Amino acid sequence: MPIVWAGEVTPKMKASAFAYARATSVANALELLTAHGEKAKVLSGGQSLLPAMNLRLIAPELIIDIGELAELRGVVVKGGVLTIGALTRHVDLLKSPEIAAHAPLLRDALTHVAHPAIRNRGTIGGSLAQADPASELPACMLTLGATIVVRGPSGERRIAANQFFAGIYETALTPQELLVAVELPVTPKNSTHFFHEFARRHGDYAIVGLAAQALVKDGQFADLRLGFFAVGDRPLLAKSAGKLVDVVITSAVLSEAFSALDDELDPLEDQQATPAMRRHLAKVLLARCVSSLLARPDLCTGALA
Amino acid sequence: MTSARANPEMLSALDRPGSYIGKTVPRPNLDRLMQGRGLYVSDIELPRMAHVVFLRSPHAHAKINGIEASTAKQMPGVIAVVSGRELSTVITPWVGVLSHLKGLKSAPQSAIAVDRVCWQGEAVAAVVASSRAQAEDAAELVSIEYEELDAVTDMRTALDPATAVIHASLGDNLAFERNHDAGAVDQAFAESDEVVEADFVFGRHTGVTLEPRAVVADWNAAEARLTIYQGTQAPHMVQNIAALHLGLKESQVRVVCKDVGGSFGIKVHIYADEMATYALSKLLRRPVKFVADRVESFNTDIHARDHRCKGKIGVNRDGTITAFEIDDLTGIGPYSMYPRTSAIEANQVVNLVGGPYATRNYRARARVVFQNKNVMCQYRAVGHPIACSVTEGLVDMAAMKIGMDPIEIRRRNLIADNAYPCASPSGLRFEQLSHHAALAKLTGMMDYDALRVEQAALRTRNIHRGIGIASFIEVTNPSAAFYGVGGAKISSQDGVAVRLDAQGSVICQTSITEQGQGSESLTAQIVGSVLGVSMDRVRVILGDTDNTPYGGGTWASRGAGIGGEAALQATKVLRKNILDVAAAILQAAPGELDIVNNAVVNAADSAPRIELGELARIVYFRPDTLPPGIQAELMAARHFVPREYPFAFTNGIQASWLEVDIDTGFVKLLKHWVVEDCGTIINPQLVDEQIRGGVVQGLGAALFEKCVYDERGQLTNANMADYLVPMSGEMPDIDVGHVVSPTMESELGAKGAGEAGTAGAAAAVTNAVNDALRPFGTIITEIPLTPQVVLTALGRI
Repeated sequence: MPIVWAGEVTPKMKASAFAYARATSVANALELLTAHGEKAKVLSGGQSLLPAMNLRLIAPELIIDIGELAELRGVVVKGGVLTIGALTRHVDLLKSPEIAAHAPLLRDALTHVAHPAIRNRGTIGGSLAQADPASELPACMLTLGATIVVRGPSGERRIAANQFFAGIYETALTPQELLVAVELPVTPKNSTHFFHEFARRHGDYAIVGLAAQALVKDGQFADLRLGFFAVGDRPLLAKSAGKLVDVVITSAVLSEAFSALDDELDPLEDQQATPAMRRHLAKVLLARCVSSLLARPDLCTGALA
Repeated sequence: MTSARANPEMLSALDRPGSYIGKTVPRPNLDRLMQGRGLYVSDIELPRMAHVVFLRSPHAHAKINGIEASTAKQMPGVIAVVSGRELSTVITPWVGVLSHLKGLKSAPQSAIAVDRVCWQGEAVAAVVASSRAQAEDAAELVSIEYEELDAVTDMRTALDPATAVIHASLGDNLAFERNHDAGAVDQAFAESDEVVEADFVFGRHTGVTLEPRAVVADWNAAEARLTIYQGTQAPHMVQNIAALHLGLKESQVRVVCKDVGGSFGIKVHIYADEMATYALSKLLRRPVKFVADRVESFNTDIHARDHRCKGKIGVNRDGTITAFEIDDLTGIGPYSMYPRTSAIEANQVVNLVGGPYATRNYRARARVVFQNKNVMCQYRAVGHPIACSVTEGLVDMAAMKIGMDPIEIRRRNLIADNAYPCASPSGLRFEQLSHHAALAKLTGMMDYDALRVEQAALRTRNIHRGIGIASFIEVTNPSAAFYGVGGAKISSQDGVAVRLDAQGSVICQTSITEQGQGSESLTAQIVGSVLGVSMDRVRVILGDTDNTPYGGGTWASRGAGIGGEAALQATKVLRKNILDVAAAILQAAPGELDIVNNAVVNAADSAPRIELGELARIVYFRPDTLPPGIQAELMAARHFVPREYPFAFTNGIQASWLEVDIDTGFVKLLKHWVVEDCGTIINPQLVDEQIRGGVVQGLGAALFEKCVYDERGQLTNANMADYLVPMSGEMPDIDVGHVVSPTMESELGAKGAGEAGTAGAAAAVTNAVNDALRPFGTIITEIPLTPQVVLTALGRI
């Protein structure tokens, strides 16, 4: 999402003074968070936090750097569950054979996340905790049915992805809690996926994006999960996907799904698109998604005319 | 990427063994920059240096009722908080007008606003502290009381009687108006088979240099001398202006310009905050550093291109273009910029519309109005993209109207290659252009006919691709006609001094400047070629008013054509002087000798006679051994300015091949071609990359870049996330070809190449989009061509 200045143009390029603590363990990080709460910010990859501080959009008193906590890094597959440590960087996920094998949608999505320099530093936990409604990974979490694992003073909480994102830059995390991992069910072998976003330039935040996972059987969807992003104040797992499951898809069926999708969207206006344009592009994405997953080029042309 | 090149015609002084002219050689400054040893203003640290942060107005137009800074002044590290009124004790205000732009008016502008702010971003007070962070901390504690005034934001209503007048002393909001009428326009339209009209809209955008504007000003009270370290294109202009307004002699001001991280015309002006920084140094008697941040850059670096232009073209069924007419309106912010003024772009639009074509009938009006937005002024290819987009858009519409191919209508109307010298309907004089040769070369490079076949085949599959063509002319090598005749102390001549050092290497001081385009390289190539020494023996010094000849600098595509010729002529003198001494030493006639590969040789058989190092040793350390009466002069200086033609016009043509996604409105650039004629090519790679870089800036204008203001005069996208600069991922391959018509005004024959790419790129893209959208019966005449604009035109949203 764009940064909005209301008239303020006095230059700011140096962060206000802040204290710095390098957490030595998750327990230590939690102690610091408990003690400082809202006055502290957790530094993970720093790709959103540091620009915001340098622009003086935020001025935390304490930075808790969790960068040394190896226990929060890495990808593990066990018992049909893919566990990704919060500190795992985008570049590591992109190179991970486990992700390629068990969550290929996530791999496709990551290629759209900003640019290599940002992917080299940015982390999955940081992206999810930031909860930018135009970013890719939160929508993927919805589509993939992820569980967000957080720890706080009173222990561990496991939050379903669809309960986690609460608005623009807002999540279910309390100021005393640390996001430690996400868990994804391993994608079934016969499952297919589609990821696409419309962005003005490579690496930009999407105008509208869609992360979809599907089971296709005999030319029909046996299951379809549609995670839209940049269509409202948080990612959206579209209920309208239900209109497309267990039916032969025709233009009429698709039109009905468009209409249902339209009712679910609450798009915002920004520099790149009006709400009307976002609604239009969401339908284009849906048509292209269905057409691609079912290998039905006929559904792509004409459906929107 | 491939480049089709013509063989540059070799010229006598340059056509020597081992010549570097016309060759791609590495830039001498490359290693320094690649190894991180460049020196930008931000890198400069001086003892006792303070940092300034400017408090800037959040309002587009407001009275300043009070500035409360007592708390801020108590903050750690704070040296001073200075208001506009306090600063006015050391620096005088200025008015950005030139006498040859008749009727141009503007109001006095101060380094820091006094009593009233006129755009969002205008500086209201300066906080000076020991560190940048301390200055920012203190800035948060300064409170300024404003009383908002009516803001004039829409150029279309700026002249309405109901609209507030920004500067009461001027009477209205009209800064400048120019009318031009040539031939018999009304009659031509009346007799035309068809007349087509359109309204063209151009988004306000800016240059976005990688390195922001930055200054270190160091007033040395003991020497009564101000040293200004600044990334600028025109050091002597900065020297003149700083001295004038600080009450100093030019000899009391030294301007040093080390490495510059991009300029594009952004850094050819004098900005109020830069003036304030000079003045603060004088007031506080210590070095002061100002570095703009990105938000500040968007709000204060000059903007450009905010034009709305009505256009009209007459055409006969045989394709003959009978007349052009335009009515251009542009809004320039609250002040005409200093010292080059903000009337030049509109003036250029009037000059350039219809320029490539033989039509004699042309009428134009241009009006320049004040607004409460950031100042507008000259940015790369001043006025050219407007004029080219209007002209070429109209030509395509005329072709469409009569059912003629866009290439064919141009072939029938472009000025014939053998018609020169001649003048345009606006009175511009052309020495030698090559529109038809360029057109022929372009159609060959792009395989135009095959592309049309491909386009038609794809259309049947619902894939909508378009071809867009744009011919253009470019103003280069400006004489004094640009600024000097209007009273601006901006030199149109440049000077070069060359000398042989005591080991036979060459030191060359030039008044042109380097902002990344290769001034250093082209100068070394010319000096090395003309003298007969290898480039690694040539050291080029530029960007220092204490240590270079007096001259204009690098802007308006003038560095190679003017500074390069001065280098050539100075080196010829040095060469003659060296050969005279060599002849005396060798007891030969100077005409029997030559300099090749760092040594004096026999002209006839190239047999080596004496190394330049040995000659220099004799001259500098054993002059007693020279024959009586011989006084060697191993240093020479020459200056050059074009006198025959006010400008050395170049020409060229561009083509764009792109695909429009009619569902999303996204435009995908597939390929871009340019054929241009900049005369003698000194370094093909540098010319090609100048063209490509220029094209990319034009593509940015076509598809991405726009400063979005709301109705209250607030710039709403002043950051790199919302203001979209073109990036490599979206750029097509750009093929560059050349036709070579050297100018006869100089021995070098070089014309400029810096702005050709920008001049025509947006026009080519717009024409290509409209070509792609032809089946949908819609024509778009607005840039940038965002998905929102395209979808709206298609009626999809």
